[in-house]
Amino acid sequence: MVTRSKNFRSGLAKTRRSFFAKIAGLFRGNQITDETWEELEMLLIQADMGVDTTLELIETMREEVTRRGLKDSAQMESLLKDHLVALLEQVSRPYLPDERMLHVVLVVGVNGSGKTTTIAKLAKFHRDRGEKVLLAAADTFRAAAIDQLKVWGQRVGVDVVAHQPGADPGAVVFDAIRASQSRGIQVLLIDTAGRLHTKHNLMQELRKIKGVAQKQVHQAPHETVLVLDATTGQNALVQARKFSEEVGVTGIVLAKLDSTAKGGMVFAIAQELKLPIFFVTVGEGLDQLVVFDPRAFVEGLFEENSRRLR
Amino acid sequence: MFEALSEKIQEAFQKLARKGRLSEADVQQALREVRLALLEADVNYRVVKEFTKRVRERAVGEEVLRSLTPTQTVIKIVHEELIQLLGEPAKLDLGGTPPAALMLVGLQGSGKTTMAAKLAVYLRKQGQRPLLVAADTYRPAAVAQLETLGKQINVPVHSEGTKVAPPEICRNALRKARREGFTVLLLDTAGRLQIDEPMMAELEEIRRVINPREVLLVIDAMTGQEAVAVAEEFNRRVALTGLILTKVDGDARGGAALSIRAVTGIPIKFMGVGERPSDLEPFYPDRLASRILGMGDVLTLIERAEEAFSEEQACKMEEKLRTASFTLEDFIEQLRAIRQMGPLEELLGMIPGFQQLTKQLPAEVTERGLVVTEAIINSMTPEERRNPKIINASRKRRIARGSGTTVQQVNQLLRQFNQMQQMMKRMQKGQRGRGMGMMPWLR
Repeated sequence: MVTRSKNFRSGLAKTRRSFFAKIAGLFRGNQITDETWEELEMLLIQADMGVDTTLELIETMREEVTRRGLKDSAQMESLLKDHLVALLEQVSRPYLPDERMLHVVLVVGVNGSGKTTTIAKLAKFHRDRGEKVLLAAADTFRAAAIDQLKVWGQRVGVDVVAHQPGADPGAVVFDAIRASQSRGIQVLLIDTAGRLHTKHNLMQELRKIKGVAQKQVHQAPHETVLVLDATTGQNALVQARKFSEEVGVTGIVLAKLDSTAKGGMVFAIAQELKLPIFFVTVGEGLDQLVVFDPRAFVEGLFEENSRRLR
Repeated sequence: MFEALSEKIQEAFQKLARKGRLSEADVQQALREVRLALLEADVNYRVVKEFTKRVRERAVGEEVLRSLTPTQTVIKIVHEELIQLLGEPAKLDLGGTPPAALMLVGLQGSGKTTMAAKLAVYLRKQGQRPLLVAADTYRPAAVAQLETLGKQINVPVHSEGTKVAPPEICRNALRKARREGFTVLLLDTAGRLQIDEPMMAELEEIRRVINPREVLLVIDAMTGQEAVAVAEEFNRRVALTGLILTKVDGDARGGAALSIRAVTGIPIKFMGVGERPSDLEPFYPDRLASRILGMGDVLTLIERAEEAFSEEQACKMEEKLRTASFTLEDFIEQLRAIRQMGPLEELLGMIPGFQQLTKQLPAEVTERGLVVTEAIINSMTPEERRNPKIINASRKRRIARGSGTTVQQVNQLLRQFNQMQQMMKRMQKGQRGRGMGMMPWLR
C-alpha cells in the first residue's frame, strides 16, 4: 500500500506541479477576499473540474468559511482538501470485489481514449497477482486493432482470442468465454472498438456484446470499465453518463494521467454519477497502472503544496 | 459538435429577445450565461475572460442603445466576436516544388493515423498523388493500421517496419516520392506527450530533414483546458502551421479548438466529422459561428448537395419536377443521394431554425424512416415505380411482404408520394406548396 501511494504520487508529480502549486500560492496566508474566491474558481475550472462542480464546491466552502469565521486563506487549504477527498471517498469501492471462478471485465470507451493499452496493463496487473488471464479482441472494426492487442498479449505473455477483422464482436466474446471456461481462466478482459457515445448503432452493438457475456456467465460482465483520457475536458462527464445509461458502467480507469492534464473531471463524475475510479495509468510502461486511492490522490496533491510553501 | 454550447447561448438570447429595451443589467445577465456556456464547452478560462470583456464593452456601448432591435444587435456582436475568435479561413499550403510534405503531430489517441488516410482521400480528389508514410514505429500495430487503411482507400503507403528510426523512414519516403512522382507526402508520426523530451526531439529532427510545407497538430475536439498548453509546446518545438480537429461528430463542445486558435493564432484547417475516410471538412470560422448561434449553415449544406448530385442530375430532376413526371424511381435516387450527404439529423441542423426541431426527432427514427421508404420502393417492380397507379391490393401485399413492412406502411408511402405529385402540379401552376411538411421522409 505504501509503495502503491508512492508510485501514485510520482506519477502525479506533473499534475500537481502545474495546478496545485498555483492553489498553494493562493493559500499563502492572505486574507480571504472576493478575489481569492474568484481565483480559486478559475483554478478549479482550469483543472477541468467543470463549472457545476466548481460553483457548488465554492458555495459550500464559502458557507463554511462564514460559519466557522475563518479569516485566513491558509485555512482554506485543509477545507478544500477535505471536500475533495470526501467527494471521491463517497463513491470508492474495490475493483472485482467478489470471489468467482471466472471474472469477465468489459472495457469500453471513445476512440483513442487508451482502451487497448489499458487492457495490456490490466492483463499484467492480473498476471502479476498470479491469475490466469485471457484477452478477447472484440474490436474488429478499427484497422489493425487485433494486431495491436496481439502484440500486447505477446509482451505480457497472455493469450488473445481473435477473429478476422470485421467479424461479429459478439461471436468473439462468445468464443473467448468458452475458451476461458475450458482453460480455467480466472480473468477475461474484453477489448471493444472505440465508439463515440453519440453513435446509437455502435452503442447497441455494445449492449449486444454485454448480452452475450450475460448469457454465458452468471452476472457477467462483473465490471464494465470506462477508459477516460485524462486530457478530456467536460465531455468526459457526458461520456460517462451516456455509457452508463447504455451499458451500465461500474467504474473508471483514468488513462494518460502522466500528461500535464489535471484529470479534474473525476470529481464531477464522482459527484454526478457516483462512479468509482479503479485505476489510473501514468506512463507507457506495462507496469504503469496504479490502483486509485482517493486519500492518496488528494493528499499527494497537497503534500507537494506544503513542500512548496516551505 | 457545438450543439450544447449553441443551445445554452441561444437560451440566453431568447430571454433577452422577450424584452424590447435592454438595460445594462440585462446584457450583463446574458453575458454571464454566455460565459458559463463557454466554460462548460472547455473554452480556456483566459480566452473566456477576454471574450466576454470585449462583448461587454461593445454591447453596453452606443451600438446597442441606438439600435432598434437591441437583442439582434447583441447577437450580431457575439457572432462577430466568435468569428474573430475562430480566425480566418486557411487553406493547405501545397506550394513550392513537389512533393509537398505534410507532417501530422499530436498526443496519443488524437486520431492522427485516421486523419492521414482522410487527408489522402481529400487530396486525391483534388488531383494530387499522395503517399502515406508510416513514421509511428512505437505504438504496436500502428504501421499495420496505416497499411490497412491505405489498402482500403487505395493509396500507397511507405513503411519500413518498426526497426528503422522515424526520421530515416521519412527521408527515404521523400526520396521515393521524388523518384516516383508523388505530389504530396503525408507523414503519420507517433503520438507523444508534449513534455516527452526525447520524443519531441525526434519530431524536431523529422522537421529538419524533411522541411515540410505544413506541420499540422491533430487534436481531439473533446480535449479540456489543457489543449492550449499542449498546442503552445508543440508550436514552440516544431512551429505548427495549422490545426486539425478530430472526433467533431461526437457531442464535444470544441472549446479547446477555439482556445488554441485564440491563444496561439494558429488557424484551424480541417475537421474530422465521422469514421469513413471521406468524413473530412475544411474549416470555415464564419459557418461555425453561425452554427453555434443557431443560425444554421446553409453553405455547407449546399456544398454537400453539390457533391452528392451532379449538375446533370440536378437539371434532369428539375425538368421532371417542372413537368410533374417525377416517379418513384427518381424519388429513390434522390433519397440515396441525400443519404450520401450525411446523417439526416446533421443536415437538418444546418437549416436555419431547424436545430431545435432536430432535437425532438430521435436519430434512429428519421434514419429509419429513410431505410423503410427505400426498402418499400426496392420491393416494387420497375413498372410499379414508374406508374404507381397500377399498385392494387394484391401488389401491396406482395410489396409489404418483400420489404418486411405492412400494407399500411405501403399505403402511407403511396399516399405521401401522391400528395407530393399534387404539390408539384400546384407549384407548376404558380401556387405555393405547404413546404417541408409534405416531404414524406420527414414523417
